[in-house]
Amino acid sequence: MLAGCPLRLDSISAEIMQGDDFVYGLIQAVDQEKDPRCLVLTFHLVQSLVKLFLSQLGSEHVAQDLFEVLSCYFPVYFTHKIADDFEVKREDLSDALMDAFCSTPYFEPFAIPLLLDKLSSSLPLAKIDSLKYLNKCLLNFGTERMLQHAQNIWFALKDVILNHLPQAEILSSSVSVLGGDIKYHEHKIATEALICLKTTILQFTCPNNVDFLTLIIDDNVVERSFCSVTMEGSYSDNDDKNDLKLSALGSILSVVANSSIFGCNRVFQDFFPRLMVALGIDLRTSKHSADAYVEIVSQKFNYGALYLSVELLASSRDLIATVLESSNSKDSLRGIWWHLIQEFSGPLTSAFKSALMIPNKITAEGGNSNYMQEIIICSVKGLEVLATYAGEHTPVPRKSFEDILEVFILIIISRYEDPFLWKLSLKSLVLIGSCIARFKDSNMQMIYNEIVVRRLVRLLHKDSILPLDLILEAISEIGTCTLDLISPVIQGLEEAMLSSFLQACVDESFKSSQDLVLFLDCYCTKILPWCHTSGSIEQPGMHFVINILEQMEDNIAFKMKPEMQDLLDKMMMTMKLVVRGCAENNQYIILEKAYNIMLASANLPSNALLVSSSILEGFQLIPDFCELSCKNKMLLYFLASIVTALHQQTPLTNVARLLNLLLVFTLKGHLPAAQALASVANKLPNAVILEETIEMILDSFSSVLSNNHQNEPHMLNSNDGASMHFCSNLQINAVIGIAWFGKALLMRGHGRVKDISMVILKCLLSNKNIVPSSSHHQSGNFIGEDMHYLVARSAADAFHLLLSDSDVCLNKNFHAIIRPLYKQRFFSSMLPVLHSAIKECNSPRTKALLYRAFGHTISGMPLTVLVADAKKVLPLLLDSLSVLDSDILNKDLIYSLLLVLSGFLIDEKGKEDIIGYVHIVIDHLIKLLSYPHMMLVRETAIQCLTAITAFPYTRIYPLRTQVLGALAGAFDDKKRNVRQEAVKCCHAWASMASRSIRF
Amino acid sequence: MTLGLINANPVVHAKKERIVRAEDNHAADAVDSLDVFDSVRDIRDPEHPYSLEQLSVLSEESITVDKKLGRIQITFTPTVQHCSMATVIGLCLRVKLLQSFPLHFKVDINVSPGSHADEESVNKQLNDKERVAAALENPSLRQLVDECLCSSEL
Repeated sequence: MLAGCPLRLDSISAEIMQGDDFVYGLIQAVDQEKDPRCLVLTFHLVQSLVKLFLSQLGSEHVAQDLFEVLSCYFPVYFTHKIADDFEVKREDLSDALMDAFCSTPYFEPFAIPLLLDKLSSSLPLAKIDSLKYLNKCLLNFGTERMLQHAQNIWFALKDVILNHLPQAEILSSSVSVLGGDIKYHEHKIATEALICLKTTILQFTCPNNVDFLTLIIDDNVVERSFCSVTMEGSYSDNDDKNDLKLSALGSILSVVANSSIFGCNRVFQDFFPRLMVALGIDLRTSKHSADAYVEIVSQKFNYGALYLSVELLASSRDLIATVLESSNSKDSLRGIWWHLIQEFSGPLTSAFKSALMIPNKITAEGGNSNYMQEIIICSVKGLEVLATYAGEHTPVPRKSFEDILEVFILIIISRYEDPFLWKLSLKSLVLIGSCIARFKDSNMQMIYNEIVVRRLVRLLHKDSILPLDLILEAISEIGTCTLDLISPVIQGLEEAMLSSFLQACVDESFKSSQDLVLFLDCYCTKILPWCHTSGSIEQPGMHFVINILEQMEDNIAFKMKPEMQDLLDKMMMTMKLVVRGCAENNQYIILEKAYNIMLASANLPSNALLVSSSILEGFQLIPDFCELSCKNKMLLYFLASIVTALHQQTPLTNVARLLNLLLVFTLKGHLPAAQALASVANKLPNAVILEETIEMILDSFSSVLSNNHQNEPHMLNSNDGASMHFCSNLQINAVIGIAWFGKALLMRGHGRVKDISMVILKCLLSNKNIVPSSSHHQSGNFIGEDMHYLVARSAADAFHLLLSDSDVCLNKNFHAIIRPLYKQRFFSSMLPVLHSAIKECNSPRTKALLYRAFGHTISGMPLTVLVADAKKVLPLLLDSLSVLDSDILNKDLIYSLLLVLSGFLIDEKGKEDIIGYVHIVIDHLIKLLSYPHMMLVRETAIQCLTAITAFPYTRIYPLRTQVLGALAGAFDDKKRNVRQEAVKCCHAWASMASRSIRF
Repeated sequence: MTLGLINANPVVHAKKERIVRAEDNHAADAVDSLDVFDSVRDIRDPEHPYSLEQLSVLSEESITVDKKLGRIQITFTPTVQHCSMATVIGLCLRVKLLQSFPLHFKVDINVSPGSHADEESVNKQLNDKERVAAALENPSLRQLVDECLCSSEL
């Protein structure tokens, strides 16, 4: 009956339903309701009712009766789990009831006493709810009605805050606050109470009524706790009670100060001077002399006063920020508090600073470190607050602001052996930086730049005691907090990188090359991504790249040691990241530059890159990669990385010559060149050029792979073995090249990928023709056979290249064209081909390679695709498991195949297909239980066996003894994880038959 | 069997935190006392819905493993002196170890000295192969043991 009420009630006009009868009828209907869904409706119903029958509620007993019905439900006690079919959560009920409670001011005489009463209950939920309801009632019932309860509310809130505030939040910010249920509730109660207190203050205080504020500030308990916590030496490490009192008092005062300028003035006027006295700051005596610091230090530091003053400062800062955001009246901001802070900021800064300077000494003497840590946190926060007042409204004079920044930067530079303080200071500096940016104060910005940023950037150039990684951490954190700070940071960083690049590569300084790796790391992982996401810096890093290229143009003597490979990789990554972020025209400029320098520097024969010439001619004319000078090697690496990261629309001049160059180096075994070639092929926008290019490249590759020895450069025919070696190396390079090329075409969904896979497959199968010749006992032929095998194996691995994802090229980051589902398409076209090839093959070695290719093809494939083709996939999968497990080189492949198999075993549809093979599967898995090369394989095999126990009982029961026998061996495995899995698996198989476990 | 519980109100201790071991990809992990403890700590007490660890019947220190000789020695402490469940607990331990460790380990199970009124005979009964086998043939005893072990599989 209740269900439709709210809707209908809205449509009924009040005139029709005159009289109390209707209201009482509803009250009766609502009374004793227990179904949660109905209750939610009921509470809404009461709300609507109140709206309609406002006049009747004026008579007291109607409101009372209605409220009585509601009040039985408070606080909502509802323990059903969410998973229940009610679909009503406690929060829904509670919120609905809250709305009903606050729906009319007529409830006030009944609701407020009830809430205050429940607030003193011991049930945490009741407390939280009472506070929430009270807060809402305060807002809804109107100040006039509530004023009579002001005193009671304050007493109740005071009681809750003093007794329930957990450890001060500011102190334990590093420690997780939410530990366990009880702590959670306490925390919740405290936050709700403080919210409620703030609402109360805002409601009851207007400029001409200060009674409530006076009530709080002059409260006996507040006064008493203030005296006790600021008494010298009152704080000690173990005194939790005092601690709680302190944080409670801090929260009350800061809520009051935070509520309005007026409240802020009152609090500062009453407490701030006393705090200063407690801290030992006397305006007359402390004139920033060094002696004064020592004096402050030598007394036992008054932690309570320190904490409270920081809290007060922070609340006044927050107050300004909120006032500025909400209105534009700036004249009323300044008051007593402003002048007090202005007066004391100098000495306060010194006091905080001195607190930060001592700890090392004291902790070294074995003083309690916890206590010192709290003092440090407090002082750092104090300095931070003083420096983060809103721009021009700051009461802190310029001198103090500079002092504060000086203190922090000094800590950053010289106190790195104290990581705790160092991190805190860095955090504060970052906060100050972002605060300056928020209020757009150019004056402060200048000071900050001068003191902090310049100083840090200077550190990059000279040797400092501060370790480089810390400098970089600091500089990147500070630089990335706002836009204005990043440009000097980028500039300084790029200059430093350029100079250490030259030192590393020209002067062969080992330290510089190590430094440069750190630089590049920071540049790539922090600065560049930030620039790209913020999007406001134009072409970040472009100058750096151009500069590097220009330097390479001017300098001839470049050296590169083998141990600098890491550096080179980082340089290439940087190039790629920079280029990828540039616009098309700038990419073009960079590419042109690199290409021209390369051509000029490598001094290539003019006809080497002619389009018309066959690739093998070019191949002979261009020197091998290892014969290139270091500079040219580097240039080639850079050129390849630049090409890899280009946009699709970036115009390429000399496409053919560039491609030829890359192609030649691909064949010479230069992997980045192969990747660059693939990137170009993936992105070429023009269909005609694309077709031509593909034709040209494909021809070149297949001419190398078709293995016509006559075509080979005759000069290499002098030595048979060497020639053989050369030839197969060339072929391996060609296979890798064509695999990358094929991947590029596959990703853009080009049809020729079919031809490419056929070329690769042919290359794989060509091995079988050679095998019979192994009866020859000439050593040359043995080498040849091995060489052919290597070529064929790289062809098998080409399938891995084709289908794996690469993070250095051909991905979204580097603007590759990626058609969705390209892997699936490749799989469905390749499966029949591989299937028949494996069937027809009769050489065991080639067959193993074919299985390897098949393994690579299915290992990354989504399960649904495989399950759809289960009839073909499963037999091949099982065969490859048994064929491949003999070679240690296949261990990763075996693992991924096992993962595929486990997918089948868990998938519903897969189970149906695999059930016919279950005995073979178990045979294979048992064999893998003792797989020596990889622990994960053994573990996964056991997990697969466990999964099989979910199969129909009749099928697997006969295999039980066999499995249990094999598992006994796994108990003795040398790895713990395997043993544990074996125990689980054993239990699953043993308990299959009956309740009791028998062996 | 006596009616009612032998120890009606046992002291329950907190469970210790599980130690997650660092993964070492190359070295072999030998069986150690923590391994053994991990496998038996969750066995339920025959009388109470608490684990042996919670009742402090077992601890990691009360287990020694000798890899060379292939021996596992467990000393457990019954909650009360005259506990007739001591033999059942011992039987549970033996069955559990049998299921979890290779058969070549020799397992010795004893009550800790002075913790049981009938110490000697309990020890003798627990380490006698024939009597253990006979006990496991007894359907009701077998069921009791299985129930105790069952909870540890959760």
